[in-house]
Amino acid sequence: MTIGIGHYLTVAACLFTLGMLGIFLNRKNVIIILMSIELMLLAVNINLVAFSYYLGDLVGQVFALFNLTVAAAEAAIGLAIVVVYYRNRGSIAVEDINMMKG
Amino acid sequence: MALTAGFFYLFAALAVASAAMVILARNPVHAVLFLILAFFNAAGLFILLGAEFLAMILVVVYVGAVAVLFLFVVMMLDVDFAELKAGFIKNAPIGLIVGGIVMGELILLFVSGGFELGLAQQPGAPIAELGRDVSNTKQLGLLLYTRYVFFFQIAGLVLLVAMIGAIVLTLQHRKNVRRQSIAAQVARTPATGMAIVKVPPGGYVLPPTESNKTETQD
Repeated sequence: MTIGIGHYLTVAACLFTLGMLGIFLNRKNVIIILMSIELMLLAVNINLVAFSYYLGDLVGQVFALFNLTVAAAEAAIGLAIVVVYYRNRGSIAVEDINMMKG
Repeated sequence: MALTAGFFYLFAALAVASAAMVILARNPVHAVLFLILAFFNAAGLFILLGAEFLAMILVVVYVGAVAVLFLFVVMMLDVDFAELKAGFIKNAPIGLIVGGIVMGELILLFVSGGFELGLAQQPGAPIAELGRDVSNTKQLGLLLYTRYVFFFQIAGLVLLVAMIGAIVLTLQHRKNVRRQSIAAQVARTPATGMAIVKVPPGGYVLPPTESNKTETQD
């Protein structure tokens, strides 16, 4: 049984769906939501690398590299915002974050 | 080939299982540890796809930096995570419905061959102008530092902005903390630094502060 591109895309689809499901399930916890976003970005990276391999084009891996960069920056900024919010309000529950609601 | 398939199924099953545990774990520390496991298995999948450099970058950057950052924040914030878990069951049906629809659609698309991909003759072939015996890292470097060098520098700028943003957000200036002021130290002269005070018999001298500049009390 040979492993085709469909197998890798299926794994990536499972990871992406689990990330999305995590946002739905843990709607109150910002940290779990950030981790779910990381899972979705990981699924995107698996897609890019799989296409890069099976299409014989290395540009997909270059794009995955930039994707990793953006994901790392996003995690750093997101966690910094969480820390500052916790320092100001003493809570990180999502439903408490409504000060700017009109 | 059978070995590759076996490793693929091992890494894929472990990645999906640990991703499920990330969103289901009660303890966020366990969730972060399962996230690390998912990253390791994804690195294994990358190695199966011949992307060794990305696999190592995934382990170093994600596990070494991002996941440890998550772990650090989870342990630093003293939050009652059991309370945050409260709406779990209430949100489960809609999440399962939407997730099931999305995953069903995606898998149907991939498995049924819904779109023709036009795959390469030999998968994993390096870019055309290079030979077959050039390693993945060298190929990536040759591509990244020539054709995509501006994108590479913009990626560096993104990281710089993220670093400055994180520092600006989390830096706090405490009011009543004594800090070293080098300018004030350098600008100090004997005229400003010394004072002759007369101590009356039985009296005492307070050190100079903003309120009492070199004055004696008795």
